Amino acid sequence: MGKELKLMKGNEAFAEAAIRAGVDGYFGYPITPQSEVMEYLTAEKPHERTGMIVLQAESEVASINMLYGGAACGKKVMTSSSSPGISLMQEGISYMAGAELPCVLLNVVRGGPGLGTIQPSQADYFQSTKGGGHGDYHTIVLAPSSVQEMYDYVELGYELAFKYRTPVMVQSDGAIGQMMEKVQTGDQKIRLTEEEIIRNCPWATTGKTPNRERNIITSLNLDSLVQEKHNIKLQKKYREIEAVEVRFEKIQCDDAEFLFVAYGTSARICLKSIQILRAKGIKVGLFRPITLYPFPKEPLYKMVKNVKGILSVEMSAGQMIEDIKLAVECKVPVYHFGRMGGIIPSPTEVADFLEHQFIKG
Amino acid sequence: MADTITKAEIINPENLVYKKTSMMTNNVLSYCPGCGHGTAHRIIMEVIDEMGLQAKTIGVAPVGCSVLAYDFMNIDMQQAAHGRAPALATAIKRLHPEKTVFTYQGDGDLAAIGTAETIHAANRGENFTIFFINNGIYGMTGGQMAPTTLEGMKSSTTPYGREWQRMGHPLKMTELIAQLPGTYYVTRQAVHTPVSVRKAKKAVRTAIELQQQNKGLTFVEIVSNCNSGWKMTPVQANQWMVDNMFPFYPLGDIKVDGELVKK
Repeated sequence: MGKELKLMKGNEAFAEAAIRAGVDGYFGYPITPQSEVMEYLTAEKPHERTGMIVLQAESEVASINMLYGGAACGKKVMTSSSSPGISLMQEGISYMAGAELPCVLLNVVRGGPGLGTIQPSQADYFQSTKGGGHGDYHTIVLAPSSVQEMYDYVELGYELAFKYRTPVMVQSDGAIGQMMEKVQTGDQKIRLTEEEIIRNCPWATTGKTPNRERNIITSLNLDSLVQEKHNIKLQKKYREIEAVEVRFEKIQCDDAEFLFVAYGTSARICLKSIQILRAKGIKVGLFRPITLYPFPKEPLYKMVKNVKGILSVEMSAGQMIEDIKLAVECKVPVYHFGRMGGIIPSPTEVADFLEHQFIKG
Repeated sequence: MADTITKAEIINPENLVYKKTSMMTNNVLSYCPGCGHGTAHRIIMEVIDEMGLQAKTIGVAPVGCSVLAYDFMNIDMQQAAHGRAPALATAIKRLHPEKTVFTYQGDGDLAAIGTAETIHAANRGENFTIFFINNGIYGMTGGQMAPTTLEGMKSSTTPYGREWQRMGHPLKMTELIAQLPGTYYVTRQAVHTPVSVRKAKKAVRTAIELQQQNKGLTFVEIVSNCNSGWKMTPVQANQWMVDNMFPFYPLGDIKVDGELVKK
């Protein structure tokens, strides 16, 4: 199937991208606002299109552990969920990080804590970027701010997941999951053959043949010295990811005196706020982290000398602001503006906050 | 003196009557002397050996005493989070229908924290095999009450014996599993005598053969002892198992060819 221009929901774009990226298995559990991912996949019969397996699991706990089983065989596996479901998966994500297993997870974030709301939120930043489960680990976190990026980050996610043998989280929100935009798809990729998997993933449990040692996938090391060695290896990997894989976008930053730092839906709102403020002569730009982990610390630090202040805009009580403050070493004032509980702030209220509370406040 | 066998005669290949299967590694077993795990491991791996399945088999180890099963079984293995082995096995088998896939789980792992994964994998009729080692106790964590702990049985968290009024009833997971249409072969065995070992090995082979025919989930429970957790000698523990465990967990086939066995 060749390239196509389609009108799709963010969740559908993610699902279509999965089929076209040659994903081997999707294991999920329904939860609003991301159920369209599995609905689209089952309707599309990917088993006929590419041989991809789609299975509705009995819980998010089961689905993340199905990912563990599939990833340990070197397969491209995927799940998607929303905040409460992602919380349930954290143990499994920790195991996968510990056992160094690649996968792509989608979190279409909704408001919390608890059952919270089904409306869009960005309050899972701490959970996704700081580890989320137990033990010292990180998952790479990609934050799309359009339906096209929901599509594009599937393939990028697998590239990173297999390069570093780590889970990759695509952190979206209810707005981007549900909104419709045009999407330019890629070509259909053919799923890897067993021989290709054995060549690419010599560590995978594909059946012990006489020409190699047994492959064991585990996160257990009863000997603390061995475990510490493993921890050091993981930390080395995270330092490399932090050095090499930072992604971000700068918009109207060249002459900016003030900076919005925002990702996902908030970044889109800030673009409109910039128009409102620039019409009033206030020079504002947007710094958009695309990788929430690794957070683009250095690129943001380099911009400090040119700006008077930074406003972190996030649909949360203020989580990313901690990373911003660490990045800029508090050399300029950093404030947070956000709405919670599933409320999407309007461009006007963001602009008003910058103008009246921050600049004049 | 003519009846005495010399060492030279013993190691003479012509006199060899039994040999450890090469499907077991040379690592020293971490199990307590007298425990059934070692025998259970051995008969499973002998079947894998006899059926020539080493290159086609992927095993899943649980959390519990047998967490290190992958140190002893000479095949590719994955270690699962507590209770989740059937979820791993589901994905492995779905993505590799041509492989032989099994989980090896204890009663705490399978019948408590992993109840949902076990029942749903069984109900979907997943084509893998579950080996369920039931010793009525959490062995590795130090002998706490398991879902399978018998009424009146003492454990470190039921120091005065399990009372169903406060601690619930012992769970017959195998009978429960057998009710589900997705299971094809469900049996309960033991490994405490040579006869029971032979029967258990036959059941293991049947389960693996049926898996190859894609008949649905095959499930082999092995009732075992935990002499350390039960605070008994190995001999006492086996006798206690015969006197107390077997009446509640009777040995034999529960479901054959997809049909419940009429008692």
